[in-house]
Amino acid sequence: MSVALPAVDIARALTRIAHEILERNGGPDSIVLMGIPTRGAFLASRLAALIAGIEGREIPVGTLDITLHRDDLRLRPLRALVPTMTPLGGIEGRNVVLVDDVLFSGRTIRAALDALGEMGRPKTVQLAALVDRGHRELPIRADYVGKNLPTSKGQAVKVHLSEIDGVDEVLVENVEV
Amino acid sequence: MRHLLSTSDLTYTQAIRILDTAAEMARISEGPVKKLPTLRGRTIVNLFFEDSTRTRISFEAAAKRLSADVINFSAKGSSASKGESLKDTAQTLQAMGADAVILRHSASGAAQRLANSHWTSGSVINAGDGTHEHPTQALLDAFTIRQHLRVGTGDLRGLTIAIVGDILHSRVARSDVHLLSLLGAQVILVAPPTLLPIGASTWPVQISYDFDSVLPLVDAVMMLRVQQERMSDFFFPTAREYSHYYGLNADRLKKMKPTAIIMHPGPMNRGLEITAECADSARSVILEQVTNGVSVRMAVLYLLLAGAPSEDGEITQ
Amino acid sequence: MTDYLLDGGVLADGKAVQVLIKDGLINQIESVVSTLGATNLQKISINGCIILPGFVDLHTHLREPGREDSETVESGSRAAAKGGFTAVSAMANTFPVADTAGVVEQVYALGQATGLCDVFPIGAVTQGLGGTALAELGAMADSKARVRIFSDDGNCVFDPMVMRRALEYVKKFDGVIAQHAQDPHLTKDAQMNEGLISSKLGLKGWPAVAEESIIARDVLLADHVQSRLHVCHVTSAGGVDIIRWAKARGIQVSAEVTPHHLLLTDDLAESYDPIYKVNPPLRTQRDVMALREGLADGTIDIVATDHAPHPAENKECEWQAASFGMLGLETALSIVQATMIDTAMMSWGDLAMRMSTSPARIGGYADHGQGLKIGSTAHLTIVNPTRAWKVDRDLVASRSRNTPYHGMEFPGSVVATFYRGIPTVLDAKLESATHGN
Ligand SMILES: [Zn+2]
Repeated sequence: MSVALPAVDIARALTRIAHEILERNGGPDSIVLMGIPTRGAFLASRLAALIAGIEGREIPVGTLDITLHRDDLRLRPLRALVPTMTPLGGIEGRNVVLVDDVLFSGRTIRAALDALGEMGRPKTVQLAALVDRGHRELPIRADYVGKNLPTSKGQAVKVHLSEIDGVDEVLVENVEV
Repeated sequence: MRHLLSTSDLTYTQAIRILDTAAEMARISEGPVKKLPTLRGRTIVNLFFEDSTRTRISFEAAAKRLSADVINFSAKGSSASKGESLKDTAQTLQAMGADAVILRHSASGAAQRLANSHWTSGSVINAGDGTHEHPTQALLDAFTIRQHLRVGTGDLRGLTIAIVGDILHSRVARSDVHLLSLLGAQVILVAPPTLLPIGASTWPVQISYDFDSVLPLVDAVMMLRVQQERMSDFFFPTAREYSHYYGLNADRLKKMKPTAIIMHPGPMNRGLEITAECADSARSVILEQVTNGVSVRMAVLYLLLAGAPSEDGEITQ
Repeated sequence: MTDYLLDGGVLADGKAVQVLIKDGLINQIESVVSTLGATNLQKISINGCIILPGFVDLHTHLREPGREDSETVESGSRAAAKGGFTAVSAMANTFPVADTAGVVEQVYALGQATGLCDVFPIGAVTQGLGGTALAELGAMADSKARVRIFSDDGNCVFDPMVMRRALEYVKKFDGVIAQHAQDPHLTKDAQMNEGLISSKLGLKGWPAVAEESIIARDVLLADHVQSRLHVCHVTSAGGVDIIRWAKARGIQVSAEVTPHHLLLTDDLAESYDPIYKVNPPLRTQRDVMALREGLADGTIDIVATDHAPHPAENKECEWQAASFGMLGLETALSIVQATMIDTAMMSWGDLAMRMSTSPARIGGYADHGQGLKIGSTAHLTIVNPTRAWKVDRDLVASRSRNTPYHGMEFPGSVVATFYRGIPTVLDAKLESATHGN
């Protein structure tokens, strides 16, 4: 097990992403952040705070539980549903940035796009991920990446955030296959 | 949770989890997307040994919204209405690869019998067994009460709920008593003594023979269906006398708190246990109960079937 | 004929004896018997075992004729022998009903042909168990089967006038009416004891008063017409009280309790497994304790099995669709020992009285229930009170498997049974040969 991203790198990466989001969307006006629970939701809140720090004003943040939209539930233990929180003002016509911790097969994001579809019709949907570990199974890519982390399929990437895990770090673990 | 047989099997945490999950299901059901891939590839059998179109349709809608394959099997009226057929039918369904069996049966305990047998390996959901229980009805009742009187979250502490009528023969009443009291509500059973089970005083309820004295206390009244044939078994003298003492009518409505709601599991005997005026009043949430039934059943199907099979069936975050 | 020397056993009172069985009779009971004159003598070691008179069951459903898929006279006789019984009483609810001399003679003859125990038919009280017209009680009494017990068991003789006439009529030949006490109006569609459990389970209740009210009525009728009443399978504390009261008044009433009502309670129904569905139903722990006390103090005269075999399909279904009844013959002794002897409520002598002497007296079975009397027919049951065993429904002698005791362990067993001086069971196993005529 090794630390791929210590706390200081995580903070730096998020700051960079916050700037990139603002730059790409020409300012904060149209942006809505949608975090994918559990850890993507915390990351979205942090990005919102960073953007507020830069721009001096709040931007809308929501959460999007994609569990029911997954088609691979049978492969993993049962998950409790997390309430989806529609951001203030909705997503209609906005530039929605989905925020997740790890981008892997892309199936979570596919489900998130479906889930977003029930909420309304955004102008654009963008994707921010703290870590992109590769091994995509769908034609999906991130617009903002904290760190590209080449891994093998036999490895597990674990994101720990202080809000829930007490510490900020990204770990790579060799798991038995 | 592997089966849902009785609300008395539920822990507080499980009950709240079902209601919270149902709330999410309800939210999604309000949106434009009516179908979720959640249970794609799962086979759910509606096994009904007793007619109940409304319950069957509700389960069917719930299963289909989650993309499960639904097989409807109505054993009513076929040669299989007696005895061993439950075993034979269950084994047939097992051979067809049913992941869950939703069972409606006139025999109390049929669902438990099926779950504890080796006749099927799937989850068993009790959709009403004789005069025993009807757990999803109780869950939708609790859900409806929570939406109206508790802003849709948490439990039912502090609420007083009257269940009125034929408690003795009511599977809804048994399930409601367990669940509503588990969630912290004070339940009052209101019925003539003939329609109360022996020993009901040992249940976590208050008992009253006097509907009028109870009315001002309650936050919700649940009116139970009274079957006409109970008269021939001497449970009460006449329909008129029953309505006089235990029917919900406009006069009684006036005695209730302005916030109190009227519920009924359906189908109603308008004019017997409830007047049309009450059933259709603004206080009535009877149609919402039907809508909520689908969300609650989606939640139950999700929680029983969505994850990989595990020993304890516990939920991970 | 082989003679037998039982060596190493004790009598009910604990006295160590040898018993010599000669020419099918009890020849000697001494600390050391003389075997002079014995022919073909076989010595059987029964160290530490108790020698009891052969058990007599007054309530057995053998299902023949009509339901041979669940039991026959032959298979039921094997189960009886294994349980230590040398006489059983075949209930009348067969197809056809045992309500004529022809049917009872047929059942009696089948029992004699099997030759593992005496099978005494019980005659129906009313034609076809219909409850309205008396069956030909006299003809059955005078038949080769010599019927003395009459019962509509399964049904109650509910019409008080029919019951009164039946009680009166059987006085002619010292018969007895064995009543299945169950008010049918109070038990319509009833499934189990009415109480907290039935209310919780949503199973239609069977109140104890439905039994007690009939017992009360019948003891008063028996008193009025000065006849003999036998109350089948008493289950409730209230029923015991009424019988105690009746006996104190000198009314000629006898009563039986089943092993299952001495042991099992209604909370077993919480499994909804109809293996526990029985008529009359299992009651509460309070009732169980009252029944044990009643049996101990003699208010209840006898233990009777109500052995009720059913094929698997009648139990492998939902509770309401299942048949009432459970097996009883092979487990009776073990349960009575566990509930009455090992609890110090009764002695082995009391057990011999309740399971041999008294039932034979009530049924008028002169050749049975003589105790260990020199010169009487050697009907003997040898019990090893410390030979624990586990019930296995796949190993029963009965043709059916509906025992509620599967997997339960009991402290003692029947290790040998002698019927007419011939072992039907040795070393707790059925003797393979059939010794009939
Ligand atoms: Zn009987």
